[in-house]
Amino acid sequence: MSEAEPPRISSGAIFRVFLIAGAISFGGGVIAYLREYIVNQQRWLDDDEFLDALELSETLPGLNSVNMSVIVGDRLRGAAGAAIAASGLILPGMIVVMTLGVLWNEQRHNPVVTAFLIGVAAAAVGLLSTVTLQLGHKQFARISDVVFIVATFAAVSLLKLSLVWVLLTIGPLAIWYYRPRDHAGAAVHRFAHLRERLLSHRAHWRH
Amino acid sequence: MNKLVNLTWVFALLSILAVGGGTAVLPEMQRMTVHQFHWISDKQFRDIYSLGQVAPGPNMLMVMVIGYREAGAAGAALVGLAFFLPDCILTFFANRLWARFAGSPWRAAAQRGLAPVAIGLMISGTYAIARLSILNVMGAAIAAATMGILLWRHINPTILISIAGIAYIIYSRW
Repeated sequence: MSEAEPPRISSGAIFRVFLIAGAISFGGGVIAYLREYIVNQQRWLDDDEFLDALELSETLPGLNSVNMSVIVGDRLRGAAGAAIAASGLILPGMIVVMTLGVLWNEQRHNPVVTAFLIGVAAAAVGLLSTVTLQLGHKQFARISDVVFIVATFAAVSLLKLSLVWVLLTIGPLAIWYYRPRDHAGAAVHRFAHLRERLLSHRAHWRH
Repeated sequence: MNKLVNLTWVFALLSILAVGGGTAVLPEMQRMTVHQFHWISDKQFRDIYSLGQVAPGPNMLMVMVIGYREAGAAGAALVGLAFFLPDCILTFFANRLWARFAGSPWRAAAQRGLAPVAIGLMISGTYAIARLSILNVMGAAIAAATMGILLWRHINPTILISIAGIAYIIYSRW
């Protein structure tokens, strides 16, 4: 990221943009909506800056879209900007999901409601499989990555191990396996990884 | 009171464990909220997950409904804060520190190494939802059709998800 001081953007403008992204991003793919608003429409960040922020968002724990809001908000207006951006992003969904939650709680024994939600969950399995395939298709082609993928899946889903232990064992092992050996190679790989992510998020963007 | 304390630390922990996003932490969330603390049943976990799918914004906002189910409005508010605030604070400071490691090859190694782990966790998350929702041929057909259509064309998944819900109602009535 460049060290140049970005122009101050008003709290109201930050809140409005993240609120809209949070309100219209149905069906996941919040990142794609954020990219459209922040890079293409408002031009607050260029593509490289957005990808830098995305790269960090994906490495850190938590929801990628919320992490993105914190990072972009901080860049635009410091700590206040981060708080405003994250609040704007989650506020609409929070209101909708709580309204649905209260209604569901009243109607949770209604077989029509249950049938609808089973259908939704089954479709979500198709959606999650697609997203996993798109994000991981490079990893699926590499034997060392497949070993880590299978080990993680087996530990969590088959052996039912606690996620804390899975992350504390397989995580460091995988990082150590890919420890720095050839600096130039690592830099090239990093770039390829980013390009891949950009394309997959583009593929996710729809009008 | 004890209930609110448990809701808070469980969801704060889950947000910090979510390496690779919300899907990655679904099996652990199910394990803790259903099997360990018995706040909800497996079927309710599936239903609440589906509510998140039909709401805008991050799907994982549905965690608030788990808090609501267990401890009403206070439970929802605490779970929302616990799931989002610690992670936002962590991201805020990590982002400011991150620039110092800009040239470090270990940064690339961390990303490279955590990528397959995150993919493995996403498969586990998908598998957890599949076990709760693919109960018959119709469920399998919906999942396969959704995947096929999304790989074929870039259409908004919410449309497919809504159609799937209605299709399953018709199937269950018939």
